[in-house]
Amino acid sequence: MRELACDLLVVGAGPAGIAAACAAAERGKKVLVLDENPGAGGQIWRAGTHAPPRAAEPWLARFRASGAELRSGCAVVEGDAARQTLWAQDAEGLLRTRAESIVLATGARELFLPFPGWTLPGVLGAGGLQALAKSGWPVRGKKIGVAGSGPLLLAVAAWLVEHGAHVAFVAEQAPLGRLARFAASLAFQPRKLAQLAALRWKLRGVPQLFSSWPVRANGRAHIDSVELATDGEPQGFLVDALAVGFGLVPETALAEQLGCALDASGAVAVDAEQRTNVERIYAAGEPTGIGGVENALLQGELAGASAAGDARAAHTFARRAARARRFGRALERAFALREELREMPDDDTIVCRCEDVRWDAARELDSARETKLQTRCGMGPCQGRVCQPALHFLKGGRADRRRPPLLPLTLGELAELAADRTTLEHETSR
Amino acid sequence: MGDAAHAHAHGEHDAGHCTIWLDGERRRAPIGASVAAALALHGWRGTRTSVSGEPRSALCGMGICFECRVAIDGVPLRRACLVTVREGMEVSTHHA
Ligand SMILES: Cc1cc2nc3c(=O)[nH]c(=O)nc-3n(C[C@H](O)[C@H](O)[C@H](O)COP(=O)(O)OP(=O)(O)OC[C@H]3O[C@@H](n4cnc5c(N)ncnc54)[C@H](O)[C@@H]3O)c2cc1C
Ligand code: FES
Repeated sequence: MRELACDLLVVGAGPAGIAAACAAAERGKKVLVLDENPGAGGQIWRAGTHAPPRAAEPWLARFRASGAELRSGCAVVEGDAARQTLWAQDAEGLLRTRAESIVLATGARELFLPFPGWTLPGVLGAGGLQALAKSGWPVRGKKIGVAGSGPLLLAVAAWLVEHGAHVAFVAEQAPLGRLARFAASLAFQPRKLAQLAALRWKLRGVPQLFSSWPVRANGRAHIDSVELATDGEPQGFLVDALAVGFGLVPETALAEQLGCALDASGAVAVDAEQRTNVERIYAAGEPTGIGGVENALLQGELAGASAAGDARAAHTFARRAARARRFGRALERAFALREELREMPDDDTIVCRCEDVRWDAARELDSARETKLQTRCGMGPCQGRVCQPALHFLKGGRADRRRPPLLPLTLGELAELAADRTTLEHETSR
Repeated sequence: MGDAAHAHAHGEHDAGHCTIWLDGERRRAPIGASVAAALALHGWRGTRTSVSGEPRSALCGMGICFECRVAIDGVPLRRACLVTVREGMEVSTHHA
């Protein structure tokens, strides 16, 4: 099997991974960055058919100059923490990567909650539609509804308007009062307030609804309209697409597989220098809790400096990172999901899109874990990445811990992986 | 004459696009576009059929849901949102 060795291996080329790679490479370390998406930048800075946003430029330039090596289209599928080894899959097959230290900067994914019609083509994630549009998915001239929860909705809606879409509404499930109090608490953060004001200006003329969520998406082979409940009142809109996401969840699958402990909120637990409980494994950015891009950059820089042995630099970043983390927590409270969203699915609503498991088959089962055992929910190619967080919200209880590998592999690849694990165990025990 | 040469001779080629095959139909796609975007641009709405027969297409846009999966150059289970179009690429929505 192909093998790559380096001092620091970074998983994820988003803001956190880029910052970690720069910090370590600039201190003389040999750094390798793996990302399954094409190109650098992560969810917020990825380019595709569009130019990356201006804020990304200095970082992307610093990354290019740092000497860190990037491998795109390369997905980490399994790891062995004791041997500091990760296996990844790219277009040519599997490869083995080994490093002194590892930074997990795997970002977050959107929380999708099931409601009638959510499986129709044309119902996409909010960040999901934006990511696709950045890669050329047509949005110009389309009538698009934006729904769900979180600051991402406004960012996505504004981006869509800028790119020629007609945004029919932005429906936020959180009540206006709670969000107004949160906005008032930003009074001492002029940058954040200015960002909010800029978004609202771009969205002038777009109906912004609060205490509002989708009740049903209609259409035969594609969505053509959506019904919302706003303060309990039904409201219908004709749309070409619905972009809907209920916030972000930390991507912890790889960290969990490597044995990293999670905190009570389900994020990877780290110390003041971004170390996980597993020796020489760090986590930075959204896996340690949703905190936005500034937080991701600070944590990445901190993890990279710490992994490169620069304790002084790490100390300076740690204080700023702690402040950014507090902001993330306040955001989470302001956009907390309301109880009523648990009533969104009806009996016939599919909860597991891979195996088409319906809510009436899953509703009575105790927990997300039990549902997986009884119904095949979470056994399809997405390995539960979509349904498990949803069931966790709908039912409570811990989500199921995933078993390796993280992606569906062919039988041939599984055999190759198993053989290489054994080879590695022999090599290292000698 | 090969297809690329044919396209060139007929002036269909420009720097910003490449030629790909979507379910056997010849189409042009912007360089840098994902396969998922190319399918949507050319009017493919559902790109896979679920186990109970429903049409499905991309949801997450970032490689986690597998709803966009297609066969690319004969390899099944490729996530169309993660793969960038390439000259001559063959995409099939029937064997995913
Ligand atoms: C869909 C989506 C859209 C978003 N849009 C915006 C926005 O418009 N504005 C905004 O302010 N914030 C946005 N966010 C929030 C954004 O996550 C943060 O602001 C910031 O990008 C976090 O940086 P990060 O480095 O922690 O993670 P990310 O930027 O998410 O980077 C993580 C990277 O890790 C890679 N990865 C994950 N697992 C693996 C693996 N096993 N193998 C290889 N690579 C892997 C991913 O491909 C990804 O590129 C969005 C989030 C999501 C999920
Ligand atoms: S759209 Fe979800 S994996 Fe491609």
